[in-house]
Amino acid sequence: MTAYVTARGRLDASGYLACFSGIVWREVLRFLHQRERFLAALVRPLVWLFIFAVGFRQVLGVSIIPPYQTYVLYEVFVTPGLVGMILLFNAMQSSLSMVYDRETGAMRTLLVSPFPRSFLLVSKLLGGVAVALLQVYAFLGIAYFWEIEPPLIGYVTVLPALVLAGLMLGALALFMSSVIKQLENFAGVMNFVIFPMFFASSALYPLWRIKESSPLLYEICRINPFTHAVELIRFALYGQLEPTALAIVLGCTVLFLAAAIYAYNPSKGLMSWRGGPAGGG
Amino acid sequence: MRGVSHRFGPILALDDVTLAVPRGTFVVLLGPNGAGKSTLFALATRLYDSVSGEIRILGHDVRRNPTAALQQLGVVFQSRSLDGYLSLLQNLTYHAALQGIGRRASRAPAMQALAKVGLAERADDKVRELSGGQARRVEIARALLHDPACLLLDEATVGLDIASRESTLAIVRGLVKERGVGVLWATHLVDEVASDDHVVLLHKGRVRFSGLVPDLLRVAQAGNLRGAFMRVTEDTHAEAA
Repeated sequence: MTAYVTARGRLDASGYLACFSGIVWREVLRFLHQRERFLAALVRPLVWLFIFAVGFRQVLGVSIIPPYQTYVLYEVFVTPGLVGMILLFNAMQSSLSMVYDRETGAMRTLLVSPFPRSFLLVSKLLGGVAVALLQVYAFLGIAYFWEIEPPLIGYVTVLPALVLAGLMLGALALFMSSVIKQLENFAGVMNFVIFPMFFASSALYPLWRIKESSPLLYEICRINPFTHAVELIRFALYGQLEPTALAIVLGCTVLFLAAAIYAYNPSKGLMSWRGGPAGGG
Repeated sequence: MRGVSHRFGPILALDDVTLAVPRGTFVVLLGPNGAGKSTLFALATRLYDSVSGEIRILGHDVRRNPTAALQQLGVVFQSRSLDGYLSLLQNLTYHAALQGIGRRASRAPAMQALAKVGLAERADDKVRELSGGQARRVEIARALLHDPACLLLDEATVGLDIASRESTLAIVRGLVKERGVGVLWATHLVDEVASDDHVVLLHKGRVRFSGLVPDLLRVAQAGNLRGAFMRVTEDTHAEAA
């Protein structure tokens, strides 16, 4: 009988750490191998910053509103919204890849791990957030040369806000991935989620401007969790904390995460009743 | 696996299925497409829970103690589940991480598992550069990495040419002898069944026969396995015709 080198898995703290770092490492590695994805992720907000924001600068004045202590250019105002856009698109891309992984079977590799499924899903989410952080900091680095110059400490204080906002959007996307049956349905769902979430928020215009034009839209923007994610990022980028935004983003993160974990629960979730596994057997 | 039933809405996919895979044995789960083989695998790997019955792996109930149960299991799914953007070695170390094995600790076993399936020299190649048969062998190497007691393979040879099919089957049969793993080999191809194999014949979600091949031939009153298989599943073929 051949002597085999084997490695027994550990389910103690070191095992959890190995599992978590393995999942995050895989997400980052995949992203770095997909150069075109990195480029696309950067180009999207940069087009908005270099073209859309410049065009809007002349028609949309921004008065002094917190956290800004003086009049700011529209590009400065819109930057936290574009950071939110990166997080939003990354979360949805991650969700798309989960639907794809489920169709191809790669998702099962993750789900048959002996670790608790909730732990696996949260690790996967944090892996997606790690990828989003790479994109956000690359974007902020380029934006710096476009005179978007928050205080240096802002690059540090924004980090927890980015992680929390990324988790909230990722958890929402994860839940959506569990209810989307086929990849073909994804584009339609995205149109009903990404665009309304992004446009009905404070990402592109201050809420007081929206209120002047449409009180109804203003109310919609106020209940949109993405608005609060953007505001959390906006304040954190200037070293400040917006407590209402923090509370809402935190609450929504817990809610979306609970829904996603429920949906992927083998005995209670949606996967058990909505149809058989892929494959003919 | 005892008395396992599962339904998807009104459709009864598995009906009171009982089977055992002792260590060091090669059990063939034989059944036509739609027999319920993949559903059975999904339940055994706890992709979702069965409606009734129990599934134990080395005594650990999959539903009550999934952590201990799944740790004993190596799985090769019917659909390809490797990450094409990563190298062979990266795919294996990722899988090892999912089992709680650190990257450094998993490197040597990963290389040995790749050597076992004849792909050690391609460890740093991207998976998407491999042929279908080679990718299957990587999936087998991956399933072995954490030293499981039981190996489940769901239609592992689908889409492979004859040479790749035979080599995949030979590798898995070799593992039974060399490492004493219990193997559940799901297939719809009767020519993958050896004359002394233990066969569980699944049809329309029910076990129609469980025993050795000679006993199946006797029960089905057939001269060969193909005839026995056709006889047991004849209502399906009649419907298809």
